[in-house]
Amino acid sequence: MYQSKWRIFTNHTILILGSLFMIMPVWIAFASSTHTREFIFQNGLQFWPGGHMIENYGAILFDPSATKGRVTALEMLFNSMVLGLGFAIGKVIISMMAAYAIVYFRFKLAVPLFWVIFSTLLLPLEVRIVPSYEVVANLGLLNSYTGLILPLIASATGTFFFRQFYRSVPDELLEAARLDGAGPIRFFIDILVPLSVTMIAAIFIIMFVVGWNQYLWPLLMTTDDQLYTIVIGIKQVYNSLYEGGQIPQFPKAFALTVMATIPPVLVVVIFQRMFIKGLVETEK
Amino acid sequence: MKRVQFEHSAVPYLFVAPQILIISIFFLWPAAQAVYQSFLLEDAFGMSSQFVWFRNFEDVLSSSSWTRSAVFTVVFSVLVAVISITLSLFLAVRADEVIRGAKSYRTMLMWGYAIAPPVAGLLGNMMFNPLMGDLYKAFNSFGFEFNHIQNANDATFVVILIAVWKQVSVNFIFFLSGLQGIPKSVQEAATLDCKSAERRFWTITFPLLAPTTFFLLVINLTYAFFETFGIIDVSTKGSPGGATATLVYKVYVDGFIGADLGGSSAQSVLLMIMVSVLTVFQFRFIERKVHY
Repeated sequence: MYQSKWRIFTNHTILILGSLFMIMPVWIAFASSTHTREFIFQNGLQFWPGGHMIENYGAILFDPSATKGRVTALEMLFNSMVLGLGFAIGKVIISMMAAYAIVYFRFKLAVPLFWVIFSTLLLPLEVRIVPSYEVVANLGLLNSYTGLILPLIASATGTFFFRQFYRSVPDELLEAARLDGAGPIRFFIDILVPLSVTMIAAIFIIMFVVGWNQYLWPLLMTTDDQLYTIVIGIKQVYNSLYEGGQIPQFPKAFALTVMATIPPVLVVVIFQRMFIKGLVETEK
Repeated sequence: MKRVQFEHSAVPYLFVAPQILIISIFFLWPAAQAVYQSFLLEDAFGMSSQFVWFRNFEDVLSSSSWTRSAVFTVVFSVLVAVISITLSLFLAVRADEVIRGAKSYRTMLMWGYAIAPPVAGLLGNMMFNPLMGDLYKAFNSFGFEFNHIQNANDATFVVILIAVWKQVSVNFIFFLSGLQGIPKSVQEAATLDCKSAERRFWTITFPLLAPTTFFLLVINLTYAFFETFGIIDVSTKGSPGGATATLVYKVYVDGFIGADLGGSSAQSVLLMIMVSVLTVFQFRFIERKVHY
């Protein structure tokens, strides 16, 4: 297609400016995390990396006192990983099964159950946060991985996605499978699940990122440092920056921020095509 | 619904059971609790409570801080949605046109999806830190007398900027795939008829993107309503004086920090009603108005 020289030039200028707009804050955080705290305190934020990267990152990863608590960043990363994976796995399995029941079976309660599932889309966790907290507290699940993950799974986004996908699977497959004598459970495991592999992967990636990035719920749920995810950990570190009358530990706070960002960004960038496909298809 | 279905008594219930169980415990029960508590008034020590009908709702609706927060939420959501949609549409159109480096630009503009809202909030907080923030210094060196800690408008600006920054990538992904879905032949035919890229955009491309845009509008409004909680909590905390507290943030502050359970639940119920109306509106109205 014909494009004028001027158009090509402005296209690149605009896209470079857009990319810089997106990248600069994270880059500045990274560059500033590689200096000493005295240097940052005197000279402000930095655009170029300094020579204290290994020192700062090593301290936060392995020394609990650097993160102002009893946990190291390594443990926080582990907690975030558990939350991200647990959320993604739980969500995929539960919503695949529920969608299978709704699409492939004729049963009495199908319609009311569908509406119950649908209603969860209307009320995100943020809206019913106080009573949700009480319920989890009553069940004695505060400060546990179960209490952290299960309430987050109670929304039906995944179910709708799989419902959409199953409906696009040709009916002939089911007819053929039945002629061959396959029961409903066999059909699900041997035919439907293998067919959904790419879709499962895509939704898994999205859910992992969503789980990793959870904030409000873990913030309320975890009063015990040992269960802090890295996103919560950063907040605590920033909150205690000005305590104790010392020079604020900005570089280490930035290092923690950078570390919280790397895993989900890597997942999204590496599995880019799958991720975009999943995102765009899901929302249709 | 499938034409061919299994007819089986127990199997579907087994499959749907885990989801229904989790929804009942962690969704239906708390939602019912919220409705119930919104009719109760607790004494200051949480020892006893009495049934007060709609008094909590009257208190909430007549309080100036709630109305103020509601107005802020609407203004904030609309601004965030409009600005981030415009910005990302602009970028997506350009990214769709370039040939060289198309992949790198796409990666650079979409990776932000993976950033957690509170992390975005902290990055913004740092850029606007009065001690060392580059943007804070830059604005003041231009003579704006920028002070987001005391000035409500400046604080609103900061929260909107962070929220937009975080949301650009999502919108970009959807617009770019929407643009790539437009057949090349249509665009080429349009190029033959009309030389002005801008007119081509408004007469051909934009109408074809209408469904995507409407969809994103809803997504962005929901985002600004709920997911900006993390951004606000780590950047302004609703300050100065509640000027940047969205309704969701207020539910949290009143319920957990202020320990006003009845009032907070009444706010939750009001939010539920608002969201339900939005969702119904989305299904009924928008789907019909947009021509595919």
